[in-house]
Amino acid sequence: MISKATIIRTVVLVGAVAALEVACRTGAIQPALVIAPSAMVKALAETLQSDDFGGHVQQTLSAVAIAMTLAIVGGFAIGFVLHWIPFLRRAFNPFLAAYYAIPHFAFYPLLIVIFGLGPAPLIVLATLFAMVAMIVATMAGLDRVPRVLLKTARIHRLSLMQEIWRIRLPAAAPHILSGLKLAVAYSFIGVIAGEFILSTSGIGHEIAYAYDNFDNPRMYALILFVLGIVTTFNMLVWTWERRLARRRGMAS
Amino acid sequence: MTLSLRSLRSLRDPILVAIGLVTLWQVLHQIAGDSAVTAPAPTLAHLWEMVGQARFLPHLRETGLAFLQALAISCIGGVLVGVVLGGHRLTGEVAEPILVGLYSVPKITLYPVILLLFGLGMPAKVAFGALHGIIPVVLFTMNAVRNVNRTYLRAGRAMRLTPAQTAWHILVPATLPEIFSGLRIGFSLTLLGTMLGELFASQRGLGFLLMTAIDLHDVKTILAIAVLISAFAVLANAALLAIDRRLHRGATPEAEKT
Repeated sequence: MISKATIIRTVVLVGAVAALEVACRTGAIQPALVIAPSAMVKALAETLQSDDFGGHVQQTLSAVAIAMTLAIVGGFAIGFVLHWIPFLRRAFNPFLAAYYAIPHFAFYPLLIVIFGLGPAPLIVLATLFAMVAMIVATMAGLDRVPRVLLKTARIHRLSLMQEIWRIRLPAAAPHILSGLKLAVAYSFIGVIAGEFILSTSGIGHEIAYAYDNFDNPRMYALILFVLGIVTTFNMLVWTWERRLARRRGMAS
Repeated sequence: MTLSLRSLRSLRDPILVAIGLVTLWQVLHQIAGDSAVTAPAPTLAHLWEMVGQARFLPHLRETGLAFLQALAISCIGGVLVGVVLGGHRLTGEVAEPILVGLYSVPKITLYPVILLLFGLGMPAKVAFGALHGIIPVVLFTMNAVRNVNRTYLRAGRAMRLTPAQTAWHILVPATLPEIFSGLRIGFSLTLLGTMLGELFASQRGLGFLLMTAIDLHDVKTILAIAVLISAFAVLANAALLAIDRRLHRGATPEAEKT
């Protein structure tokens, strides 16, 4: 069933795009500033067919995929370890709390100096950027496992592995999933922002390059492409999360 | 006695972390060498020297001004929009997924658009910083307003409070802790956005100095500026976090455990 809010939201979004289209077509907005949405789509279709485009997309997406995997797996493992060893956790807690206050991109030049130009510093940057969200979410999830569930585990004489696998992880899943969602978004942000500022290839660089050359159609096409991909990806994770949540709701 | 012990303990952890980080830095320096990572002591000396120079101040002022303006827009605008969206349920439901979607999008891709709209210079930086910071403030404020306990409002009505009194005695205290959490995150993101804005197509500011240092392969300056920004961010965040915790403790005693 479609809710009223969804309908209104769709109307608002479609209306905004239409208004932009009209404003651009009538010349109220100069094409040097923003081009019409229809022109963006047309430019996107052309860009998708150009030869060098596939290479840039592949490079960006593979960097994002590697960073995402490292951040999710590593973040989960680190969060798990920190949860079990209170001493380590106490030591790292102030660091974790302040982590997202640091503008990471200030350290990006340093990573380039260490890892050289190429995909490596980007991947490291995006991984570092995304991993801490996963660590924090994993710890938060494991902290909030209801005690009554752990008592149930003891009554059933579950082994430690069974308790972790059957009780702790499923109970912590909602928090871990929201961490995963952040890790996905942050991997994209890390890679594309890095490419944008300091790189010689990748989608982010292509956008910056098109901007520098006043190539507005290509620039807007690429922006549209990135926003489309990221939004699609986020929606997929979101749908998956909703499905899990619904199953949980029905089971309990 | 217990109080001083506690404050001592709360200081101990950050100090340990700071020592750990400096050690890590030194180790990195030993491994990677001077061309990649300069040692902590000379870098900090370089930072000190740089801050003392007259030509450094205009850059610092530029970044500071851009950041403060962006922060003001994020905080004031974010709270206002958040109150509206939180107060009117349907508007909030319509806007929330759009805002969440915008939040998780790499906003750097929109920076060229902002540059085209605002031109090169200060306004673009401010707009970009505010774009980063305003969304979390809106989302937190909206949730805070939505979750105001209805019983309080009913109690207020029973006591025949005027709208102004309701706002001051019920809404503000009930929403403040949550809104402040949003402001804290908004602070960090505004700083991130302003810095990002300066790294690209900028002629002044700390970000510009960073980019110049990269072009010159001046590792010492890169590190010095990175440390300066990080130190500012971490200290400000720690102060805000302390206020945040106190506010939350006052609002919900059981929140202390989580």
